[in-house]
Amino acid sequence: MSVMTGNEAAATAAKLARVQVIAAYPITPQSPVVETLSAWVESGELPAEFVAVESEHSALTVCIGASTVGARVFTATSSNGLAYMNEQVWWAAGARLPIVMCIANRALAAPWNVLNDQQDSMSERDAGWIQLYCRDNQEILDTTIQAYRIAERLHVPVMVCYDGFLLSHTMMPVSVPNAESIDAFLPPLAAPLTVVDTADPRNIGPVVMADPRADQTGVVRPGYMELRVMHQRALLEALKVIPEVDAVYAEATGRSWGGLVWGHLLDDADVVIVAAGSLATQATVAVETLRSEGIKAGVLGIRSYRPFPADAVRKALAGRKVALVFDKALSYGYEGPICADVRAAMLGADSSPPVFGAVCGLGGREVGPEHVADAARRAITDADTGVSIRETDWINLKLEG
Amino acid sequence: MSEDEISMSRPSVGEAGRTGDWRNSRPIVESAMCLAVKQGKVTCQICWAYCPDGCITRSIGPVIDLTYCKGCGICAQECPAGAITMVPEAEHGVCALDETSEGEL
Repeated sequence: MSVMTGNEAAATAAKLARVQVIAAYPITPQSPVVETLSAWVESGELPAEFVAVESEHSALTVCIGASTVGARVFTATSSNGLAYMNEQVWWAAGARLPIVMCIANRALAAPWNVLNDQQDSMSERDAGWIQLYCRDNQEILDTTIQAYRIAERLHVPVMVCYDGFLLSHTMMPVSVPNAESIDAFLPPLAAPLTVVDTADPRNIGPVVMADPRADQTGVVRPGYMELRVMHQRALLEALKVIPEVDAVYAEATGRSWGGLVWGHLLDDADVVIVAAGSLATQATVAVETLRSEGIKAGVLGIRSYRPFPADAVRKALAGRKVALVFDKALSYGYEGPICADVRAAMLGADSSPPVFGAVCGLGGREVGPEHVADAARRAITDADTGVSIRETDWINLKLEG
Repeated sequence: MSEDEISMSRPSVGEAGRTGDWRNSRPIVESAMCLAVKQGKVTCQICWAYCPDGCITRSIGPVIDLTYCKGCGICAQECPAGAITMVPEAEHGVCALDETSEGEL
């Protein structure tokens, strides 16, 4: 057992995955991930190429190039760095490259802020990446390793998201698997989709027209929508692959993280608190308080945000008295993104409870078990008085009037 | 998964379709002003080097393939002799429907 920060756990996972190319640009709170990796590359401990770049856009571009020719690659970023990458985030997914990127979640500017919320990665929801959220440092290490197997199986890039500072800079005990078990779990990357071959040159990523079209050799190439539906099917396939990979990892290391979702005291719960990331861990503490008051509360943790595990959510929430969904992000002009997805998943489902939303923790605003418990008590009171639709609750807001 | 599930092609002429259809100005070469023509050898070739669509020949006096030339005007901008002029397509009378191209991309 080692004691390490979330950032060190992410770096350790990349090393265990035997990444061959790393390109990243420093940004708080992600910087220690690549500082650690660059030190290992410099000392020879990690036989990889570390490419220092001038921006996050270039960092992901280097990863795209290296992944295209078959290297196992890694990068990490946060907040405005991810926003700056945005164009290449979409490119990496559409080009079906098995890139793994850690996101130390941080609030987006303006106003400038370096502290935690999940607006950065949630804002990349529709880019076609798999997004996994971690609740502690052990899960960061394990999920980052799992992410390579998921990405390489489906040819879809994976973001491994963890809360900035709350996890990225907090020391926790972490069990580091031995290299042999991870080598067996994650064999060397197979050949890329298009091998670079001067005897058989190809254009990789040329313009694609609306409709399928025969190229000059007579081969019919897919149109834009055909490529997009294949991408969507790969994301939906991930609903099966993510739990499968978690199960294989459990055989290799003895640790399982539940695949798409996880539950805490769900069996008899009347009120279910839904959350992703470290807040879900806090919610398990809130549930203990609520249970001591005689309130049957449980937690549904969202591990996979994309693909969204709608079936698992329906199964977990059917027949409850109320579901309270916490978001550390907001779709401005509507509501929290996870809440909107949960509500949509429950629409028309049998025995759907009222689904209430709560926005919390933006820009590092304190949110602890007591805030979660208070919000759960209000949700129960509203549900008991017949409220089924309610405005988003803002947790620990300090605004007069 | 196979390479059929990504955007990929073998390099070939016109793989993005008849991009000449996009053009609204046509490059017109005044051969007498072209440095290669004046010197009678394959020299200069700046228009060939700069053409982003590879539709100008490397030769004594450029030949521009108007089936694919998008009319970007870079050749006219870069020609050191000022031998290439961009002329609006309307002046060539090609804005009327060309029945022979109907149905083609």
